[in-house]
Amino acid sequence: MLGKLTLDAFIHGPIETGAQVIVVLAALGIIGLLTYFKLWKWLYKNWLTTVDHKKIGIMYIILAAVMLARGAMDAFMMRAQQAIAVGGNPGYLDPAHYSQIFTAHGVIMIFFVAMPFMFGLLNLMVPLQIGTRDVAFPFLNSMSFWLTVVGAMLINASLVIGEFAGTGWLAYPPLSELQFSPGVGVDYYIWALQIAGVGTLVSGINFLVTILKMRAPGMKLMYIPIFTWTALASMVLVIFAFPILTVTLGLLGLDRIFGMHFFTTDLGGSAMMYINLIWAWGHPEVYILMLPAFGIFSEIVPVFAQKRLFGYVSMVVATALIMVFSFVVWVHHFFTMGAGANVNAFFGIMTMVIAIPTGVKVFNWLFTMFRGRIIFKTPMLWFMGFITTFVLGGMTGVLMSVPGIDFQLHNSLFLVAHFHNMIIGGVLFGFFAGLVYWFPKIFGYTLNEKVGKWAFWCWLVGFLLAFIPLYALGLMGATRRVNVVEPQFHPLFIVAAIGACVIAVAVFLQVLQVVVSFVQRKKNLDTTGDPWNGRTLEWATSSPPPMYNFAHIPQVMGRDAFWLMKNSSAAIPTEGALRAARLSLTPSLGHSSFTDIHLPKNTPMGLIIAVCAGLFGFGMVWHIWWLALLGAVASILFVFIRAFDEDIEYTLTASEVAKIEHA
Amino acid sequence: MGNLRTYTIGFILSLLLTLAAPGFIWLHGYLHHAFPTHAMLGALFVVLALLQLFVQLVFFLHLGKEASPRWNLLAFSFAAIVVVIVVGGTLWIMYDLDHNMQMQMNQEYNVFEEENIFPNASLN
Amino acid sequence: MHETKITEDRVTFGFWVYLMSDCVLFAGLFATFAVLRGATFGGPAIDDLVNMPFVLTETILLLTSSFTVGLALLAGSAGKKKLTLLALATTLVLGLAFLGMELSEFYTLIAEGSGPARSAFLSSFFALVGTHGFHILAGSVWMLVLMGYIAAKGLTEGNIRKLVCLSLFWHFLDIIWIFIFTFVYMFGAI
Repeated sequence: MLGKLTLDAFIHGPIETGAQVIVVLAALGIIGLLTYFKLWKWLYKNWLTTVDHKKIGIMYIILAAVMLARGAMDAFMMRAQQAIAVGGNPGYLDPAHYSQIFTAHGVIMIFFVAMPFMFGLLNLMVPLQIGTRDVAFPFLNSMSFWLTVVGAMLINASLVIGEFAGTGWLAYPPLSELQFSPGVGVDYYIWALQIAGVGTLVSGINFLVTILKMRAPGMKLMYIPIFTWTALASMVLVIFAFPILTVTLGLLGLDRIFGMHFFTTDLGGSAMMYINLIWAWGHPEVYILMLPAFGIFSEIVPVFAQKRLFGYVSMVVATALIMVFSFVVWVHHFFTMGAGANVNAFFGIMTMVIAIPTGVKVFNWLFTMFRGRIIFKTPMLWFMGFITTFVLGGMTGVLMSVPGIDFQLHNSLFLVAHFHNMIIGGVLFGFFAGLVYWFPKIFGYTLNEKVGKWAFWCWLVGFLLAFIPLYALGLMGATRRVNVVEPQFHPLFIVAAIGACVIAVAVFLQVLQVVVSFVQRKKNLDTTGDPWNGRTLEWATSSPPPMYNFAHIPQVMGRDAFWLMKNSSAAIPTEGALRAARLSLTPSLGHSSFTDIHLPKNTPMGLIIAVCAGLFGFGMVWHIWWLALLGAVASILFVFIRAFDEDIEYTLTASEVAKIEHA
Repeated sequence: MGNLRTYTIGFILSLLLTLAAPGFIWLHGYLHHAFPTHAMLGALFVVLALLQLFVQLVFFLHLGKEASPRWNLLAFSFAAIVVVIVVGGTLWIMYDLDHNMQMQMNQEYNVFEEENIFPNASLN
Repeated sequence: MHETKITEDRVTFGFWVYLMSDCVLFAGLFATFAVLRGATFGGPAIDDLVNMPFVLTETILLLTSSFTVGLALLAGSAGKKKLTLLALATTLVLGLAFLGMELSEFYTLIAEGSGPARSAFLSSFFALVGTHGFHILAGSVWMLVLMGYIAAKGLTEGNIRKLVCLSLFWHFLDIIWIFIFTFVYMFGAI
């Protein structure tokens, strides 16, 4: 009746029980607060059923923040273990538990922190940057978000009910096969990722169609902001790489459920085929995360250097080259696993080649700064932290692209340092920069600069302390994913643990920054909509923008569309000039000529479809077949119901628009 | 948007291209493996498949007939490239792995001769 | 209306992009089949599975259904409701016949002990051909529902847009079948 699910699934060791208690208390706490403050109706009307890209973007970032807490906890636990488990001391985490922690850490950070953070920023800014009202498919946008949430909730459920995979974040067979992982951990992994993966693929299509088909009049592709270009490239990667993940995890699932033999050790299976396929997805995945981060810096550097971006065309070409090349480098993740010299040489060379367009981007940013008048506010600090650490980490990547060297460094802590360097120094710093840069646009007030600067410095120092020692440790021979430490490595591990503490302080400061800024918001209101003297269209709206973004869809005249508008009417943009620029954004003039605006209606369908998919996933994990069938059928049924629903729009009349605009 | 003519032509061409493959197999057997040879059969199958792909893309899916900008064609082209890279790359990599990971039963296996490299040539 | 033309353009393009992603999905399955093709582990190999008249019949059934769904789209765009429904019904029958033949092929194999768990080769065969069959099933369900809506509400703009997407889907599935026919069955026959 309940498949493999028994009461045993709820019983764990002391540490897991502690985590269980925290998760359950947190969930109850949230439910309690919502009930006490009578916020359920507000939540339902404004957030659970919304199809507005700005709200969905905020929810994505909140999801990322919540899961960051869990992923960071995993990291701190690992660092604590490594700090004490020396010279025979087993530490407090046995190998089985430790392996679940590093697996959860990787899965959560990539799939449920970095990806949602990215889609959050894309959601918030891409429609505004191209001068349109929403994405191409607002309902699918909502559905994608809730599917991602359901995936995250399955991962969280594994903490409370059952166990998680102990296979590493990519679940290599044969360890991930039923023979060696008979529990439900790998099944949680598979179904959480498959469900969230559908959301990601649909979002990829959504943003691609939006950028290609919904740009404001006059906005040719060579006029769009670089952030939008990188978003486009990233979405192309999503569309053409995620199906490979779907297939690979699907085949692993077939192995586990139906006893098939794609990747088993017997009856003809090939574990290497899994590794080949998973990295054919895995490499594009890291560029999916990286390109938008580059794009954010391409927005920030010109604004804070007060100088036009150097080399727009070469930036576009570099983005396109990175996008294409990311499909021909994947073997560098498994140089050591049996391929001959020719294969390794080809992929090694291609890996070096892909560093070239990245270098072009770096030089373009530096040339933008050259002879600019730098404003050292937090977004610019994040860029400077990025440019130093990311270039360092990138060079270690080129180092490892030489197969002979990689044979020494594969699966050592040098590798771990490299990819954390890329993801923290590159992706995370980029997303943090974007968050600080765009926060006033989203919420209507600026963040506290002082606390923001402290947070940045703690992140930078913390990151360096936590990961530079790992480069040394890797060169000294330390292996990754090991829960005990050899004595000669211990001092550097202590330094790394201190670094982790500094990062913890940094995260606390970021939370403090948000809280302090909220308390002080009345003093820091963004009244003009353009707090940084920006160059792109998102700054042409009020902060926050009205639901429909633009009362009049702007007519675009070139690159840095908003800059052109500002500088055609007045030398120095005063508040009045800005309002005038905003109001004169169409050939027709004055503030009396508003038109009716058609908007999509809110709907609970996205949430409902996702919840049914979640029931399907949970049923598949625990072999509760009736539940899985019910969830799948219900999910598909609701998709059909929504697809054939004709009443999905409403109209905001011109006078209602006028009222909102003049408020 | 097509018309009855394009769909009918596409259908008939596809039918012919489909029947050609087993037709060539029959010919191969009838002529006692003389023509087409085994290797030629493989190449013929690939060519026939690609031809039918082209026929169906043009006559059923009207690819390439859209007004500029031809996003559909571009999307398809990129998909085709990725498919070739994934399938071709996989075949190359997995074949190479297989080849290099086989047990060397022959005690006289000389890796330099096998790989046709002679780093000590100058010493001779 | 101008706005619905724009919507249709976005929806059909978006659907086309989804089909392109599905191409990559099938590429993964083809790659897996190619790699595991020889891993028969004592069980049947591909040449044991190929029944030429059987697979030719399947292929012609599916090809004809791809033709008739094109006719359905022509009829739908011309506003001929009855003809559209007739063409769709024909497509559905042909598609279900294809599916029936495929299911009988699978059943026979499983009954004789050559199911997907027998060897890596059989796993990859069932996965590739089975995923295609599953897509046909999904398309058939969609077709049935759409026929119902067209019968009830007529050839509205929304229904025609859905018909365009369905016909794209169905043509795409026949194209995938060309490659299964060639690289699984024809190569297996020689």
